[in-house]
Amino acid sequence: MIEINNLHKSFGSLEVLKGIDLHVEKGQAVVVIGPSGSGKTTFLRCLNILETPTAGTVTIDDHKADFSKPLPKKQITEFRKQSAMVFQHYNLFPHMTALENVMEGPVTVQKISKEAARKKAEELLAKVGLKEKMNEYPFQLSGGQQQRVGIARALALEPKVMLFDEPTSALDPELVGEVLQVMKDLALEGMTMVVVTHEMRFAKGVADEVLFMDEGRIVERGTPKDIFENPKEERTQQFLSLIQKADTI
Amino acid sequence: MMKFHRNGLAKMYLNSIFTNPERLERLLDIAQSSFLPLLEGAIQYTIPLTLISFTIGLMLATLTALARISTVKLFQNIARIYVSIIRGTPLLVQLSILFYGLPTVGITLEPFTAAILGFSLNVGAYASEVIRAAILSIPKGQWEAANTIGMSYSQSLKRIILPQASRVSIPPLSNTFISLVKDTSLASFILVTEMFRRAQEIAAFNYEFLLLYAQAGLIYWVLCFLLSLVQGRLEHRFDRYVSRA
Repeated sequence: MIEINNLHKSFGSLEVLKGIDLHVEKGQAVVVIGPSGSGKTTFLRCLNILETPTAGTVTIDDHKADFSKPLPKKQITEFRKQSAMVFQHYNLFPHMTALENVMEGPVTVQKISKEAARKKAEELLAKVGLKEKMNEYPFQLSGGQQQRVGIARALALEPKVMLFDEPTSALDPELVGEVLQVMKDLALEGMTMVVVTHEMRFAKGVADEVLFMDEGRIVERGTPKDIFENPKEERTQQFLSLIQKADTI
Repeated sequence: MMKFHRNGLAKMYLNSIFTNPERLERLLDIAQSSFLPLLEGAIQYTIPLTLISFTIGLMLATLTALARISTVKLFQNIARIYVSIIRGTPLLVQLSILFYGLPTVGITLEPFTAAILGFSLNVGAYASEVIRAAILSIPKGQWEAANTIGMSYSQSLKRIILPQASRVSIPPLSNTFISLVKDTSLASFILVTEMFRRAQEIAAFNYEFLLLYAQAGLIYWVLCFLLSLVQGRLEHRFDRYVSRA
């Protein structure tokens, strides 16, 4: 489903991604972990071309983007439609209700009739447990509810891949569970997902593959069991022990 | 000496009104008979000038703001020069150039056309800075969210960014609008018979300058007051999606 070859990204002289290769099968959930500044968010944003990679290729389904030359706008828009992003800070449209947020993509981009889009949006909001909140504006919703609307909005376009950028990092602790549950359900339904997160329990429970990134490279990859119980690389071990330490304080 | 002289005149004016019934009657007569012509000037010219110029000006301002924030250097520079020229020269000079100056190079404009052109260009420049600031005040995440659901630049702008930017720009744009109502009085200088010019004409005939100009001023004030009510309603409407906590 996803094929990434030698992906590079630099901001000026700062090289953030130093050649990433990845293969994700259809229906797999891949979780990316790593210290801050490791490039994991940038990596995820490159898959939706919110950042334009400096070099390399990304193929999602049968859409290939080769970043060695500038891409025409049309191709970028087309490529973006293959995946949808869920943001750390939700980025809901504040001037639209929950329902309108979810309808916006189908109506404006896919030109689906309002009635059909509305029906679909209602179903999606029901799926994330927010049917009764559909006419509320984002400011009237809790963080967890906003993020679930964010997920419904992303799903409305029927992307082949869902990208999650630290979707629970901005949430109060008691709201994390409801968002993770929705994500877990998605994974179980067979959605192909790439998730950047600090939620190790989610990674252990849901991921088919875990990537550990540091300094712009994938340092280690494997099943959750491999990574969490038997990490081979020293940097992975250090990172995990730091996290465990924080958990026991 | 001067002060005494002025006070004396003011006293005379007031005395003449309160002690001389004929004088008072004359003033009331003039006030009454000039009210309709003044109002007509407002309805025929002041209000249309304001509405048309503001509409054209807003479109121009949006284009200019987009040019300023575009990545194309040429657009940026054209917008910058335009704003600099309009903001850096008096409106009266601009109107004079359009109406009295351009005929020299063979371009003759009707007074009303010249006024519309002048005011639109003026609003375009001033409001462009308001709109630019409002667009830049919308968090980058909104553009990204629009992008990720597949919107093009123009779709993002139309559906996501401008609706939010308009909320932010209502108070400063209302300022521009209210200024424009009053600035249209400058069109009197290029022979548009708008409200203030009517007042001048009537006063030139009966010499009641204080009365006529005060009357015109009062109508401007009422117009602006009504506009500030509209502003309040608009702000309230756009605030429905913002927490008032």
